[in-house]
Amino acid sequence: MITLRVNGQEQSFDGDPSLPLLWYLRDELGLTGSKYGCGEGLCGACTVHLDGQAVRSCTVLMSDAAGKSVVTIEGLDPRGNHPVQRAWRALGVPQCGFCQAGQIMQAAALLATKPNPTDEEINVAMDGNICRCGCYQRIQAAVRMAATGV
Amino acid sequence: MTQIIENVSRRGVLKGVVATGALILAVRALPSMAAGSGLPKYQTGAGAMPHGVVTDPHVFIAIDSAGLVTIVAARAEMGTGAARTSLPMILADELEADWSRVRIVQGEGNEEKYGNQDTDGSRSVRHWLWPMRECGAAMRMMLETAAAARWGVDVSEVEATNHEVVHRSSGRRLGYGALAADAMKLPVPAKETLRFKDPAAFRYIGTGSIPVVDLFDITTGRAMYGQDVRLPGMKYAVIARPPVLNGKLVSFDATEALKVPGVEKVIEVKGWKWPAKFQPLGGVAVIARNTGAAIKGRAALKIVWDDGEHAVYDSDKYREYLMETSRKPGKTVRNEGDIDAAMSKAARVIVGEYYIPHLAHATMEPPCATAVVTADRAEIWAPLQSPGGSREDIAKTLGLPPEKVVVNETLLGGGFGRKSKCDYAQEAALLSKALGGTPVKVIWTREDDLQHGYLHTVAYERIEAAVDQNNKVIGWRHRSVAPTIWSTFMPDPKYQQPLEQSMGLIDVPFDIPNIRCEVGEAPAHTRIGWYRSVYNIPHAFAVQSFVGELAAALGKDQKEMLLELIGPPRIVDPRKSVKELWNYGEPFDSYPIDTGRLARVVELVAEKAGWGRKLPPGHGLGIAVHRSFVSYVATVVEVAVDAKGNLSIPRVDTAIDCGFHVNPERITAQCEGGAVMGLSNAKNCAITFKNGRVQQTNYNTYPVVRISEAPKVTNVYIVPASIDVPPSGVGEPPVPPFAPALCNAIFAATGKRIRSLPIGNQLAT
Ligand code: FES
Ligand code: FES
Repeated sequence: MITLRVNGQEQSFDGDPSLPLLWYLRDELGLTGSKYGCGEGLCGACTVHLDGQAVRSCTVLMSDAAGKSVVTIEGLDPRGNHPVQRAWRALGVPQCGFCQAGQIMQAAALLATKPNPTDEEINVAMDGNICRCGCYQRIQAAVRMAATGV
Repeated sequence: MTQIIENVSRRGVLKGVVATGALILAVRALPSMAAGSGLPKYQTGAGAMPHGVVTDPHVFIAIDSAGLVTIVAARAEMGTGAARTSLPMILADELEADWSRVRIVQGEGNEEKYGNQDTDGSRSVRHWLWPMRECGAAMRMMLETAAAARWGVDVSEVEATNHEVVHRSSGRRLGYGALAADAMKLPVPAKETLRFKDPAAFRYIGTGSIPVVDLFDITTGRAMYGQDVRLPGMKYAVIARPPVLNGKLVSFDATEALKVPGVEKVIEVKGWKWPAKFQPLGGVAVIARNTGAAIKGRAALKIVWDDGEHAVYDSDKYREYLMETSRKPGKTVRNEGDIDAAMSKAARVIVGEYYIPHLAHATMEPPCATAVVTADRAEIWAPLQSPGGSREDIAKTLGLPPEKVVVNETLLGGGFGRKSKCDYAQEAALLSKALGGTPVKVIWTREDDLQHGYLHTVAYERIEAAVDQNNKVIGWRHRSVAPTIWSTFMPDPKYQQPLEQSMGLIDVPFDIPNIRCEVGEAPAHTRIGWYRSVYNIPHAFAVQSFVGELAAALGKDQKEMLLELIGPPRIVDPRKSVKELWNYGEPFDSYPIDTGRLARVVELVAEKAGWGRKLPPGHGLGIAVHRSFVSYVATVVEVAVDAKGNLSIPRVDTAIDCGFHVNPERITAQCEGGAVMGLSNAKNCAITFKNGRVQQTNYNTYPVVRISEAPKVTNVYIVPASIDVPPSGVGEPPVPPFAPALCNAIFAATGKRIRSLPIGNQLAT
């Protein structure tokens, strides 16, 4: 039996400890905000916070998440008003939107450790998050806006 | 079932979008359509689409007694904003509805009810601007009639404005909610009697102030994509498909797979022999309690395949074949003047050859679908670009009448043409049926997506220009060799068809007296499909790169060379010398090939980009223009190539003339995204085959562009147009000019000419 906290709630899992966290969140808990895009840690669509760090939940096994605290896009802010979410809306970042939960989780983790990143630091931090629709210019601008409150 | 996605009261207003690069040149259109004036002055191809258009307001609008206006979005929303925001916004504007009291529901797949739902070809706005206006105007007039009856006054004395009807002289008012029940009972006014709003009075159309309706849900993880569908008792499936097209399953051993915790069953899925349109490839399905278990179970399968004839497919060899074919005469598909005479009397002949590989859609959300199928009924939940057409396909496969098939449309995590093909939904349907009606969700992994897609064609393009002693181009011969999409639908005709030829080959708009376009034979060995901007990708890459080559060879400026070839403003009508010109489904008279508009976007983008400006060392500017989906787009790329040959893109400028524009903010977004996808197409992406198998597996070997490589800024300029100018495509047209503009820029920066995509390490020093 694996126990962990997800968005502040205690959860337990009696299935395969080698199951990637992503599928536990999506298929077992029904938290479908975190997306599958590659399953190999290459796209960032599945990004969640594990003890405050941005991780690719498709490459974190349930056994690695045991005893830890997971925050998903659903739990980032109780009203969906995290500064990153607000900036994303103010700038109309999303196109199809599928990558955006991962982008937002990545950006939120960046700003938690680096409240005022340079453009270069934003690029480095966000480089693991693919947006096939190509919203990158607005992602850059929105991270900056969330940081500076512009 | 109609999927309801609630958005009311969470609407923000877009704040900083203008600062991110949009520059709308339009002042408001002149009030050319005063109330009382009639329908558009032009025709579109909307009526010729399967099931045409529907203009009955009862189909698209419901108003409750509290005044909440519900508008049905019947087309697929894949990220352009057209389906769920722009079209409903047109209707709401014409209805004089207050957008904050409008909610959007997604219509199910049903073309008899909603008209054509096939969301590709960049045609949502151009086909639905007027039907949406008609619906809105009709319902507005019904509300006015209901109010006039309530007050016992003549309808000419009342006016609908911002969600209520006002009696002008007395100032009495009734909200839409109070009038809805009466209005709904009234006959729908005849089309000829409709009074449309004066464009100067539009509240939403043309303003770009309305965020996409799903914005809040997208940013909070609540938006419902196909991948997110969950049903009670649902099982998860992944499928091992034949690695080679038309490969057959010989045998499989599921022993190890069934030992994987969470795996419940392993069953065969029926496959169809190619060509088979959107039928599944077949294979072996692993059914599990969750997706992770299904993926792990599949990896443990032992399968023996019989590869069949397409195991010969080898991209290196095929490229050689295409090249050789391009050097021999092909089938002539456009012929003007006498190209042979022009070639023989030319002072110089300049030749360019270009190779553009297969590309994959790689939508961020890979294909996926959920189904519940019993003996006499089927229900599907899936991200489908053509929900109505898919319903018909699924019904046929299951042997059910379409009325017994319900297709619930979810949001699409990207489409780009891939999700026009519903093979994945058919797989889910077949699996649920095989499991006696158990709800099944089929998930495609990224590997599946790259290896079993409907790929963009692979093309070799050869252009020869005859130049006279005055450095004037007097002859143009363009041979294009590429497998055809038709090979997906019928025994392979092995030549590009008129629809494909019309995307940048036979519609070449140049002012050259002797033109011959030819296509060469190119058998297909994989499923060929349409991918954002389709055959415009290779054709425009070749033509616009070659213009750059001509400029260099003749010592002219790229932009001047381009304008010289485009020639004076006129209508180019290749139909004189072409058997069949496909004008993106539109009547040629409404949407001619207008070189004046083509040249104007070139001039506009050059001016805005500061064409000819001084650049730091290692930087270069490139330009390209292309008409596609009846829009005109010109792009200037500034590239920087460092000493090692790494390229970056400090700036892109794009000018688009897409006629009357409804949602400039989303047009800008499409142009920004189009530049990024154009860069992915050019830079590192290619699908290649060895022994009939795709060699790429995931984003590591199909490296689409990431944020650090993306253009730093893309400035977008939208050519102003009144409502009398027919609207035209937006989703696809920004893509084709990007790659040639980039390669022209690389040449300017380095003197190296890229003739083969992807660029890869060709610039490495
Ligand atoms: S799904 Fe986890 S990184 Fe792509
Ligand atoms: S918005 Fe579509 S993938 Fe990012």
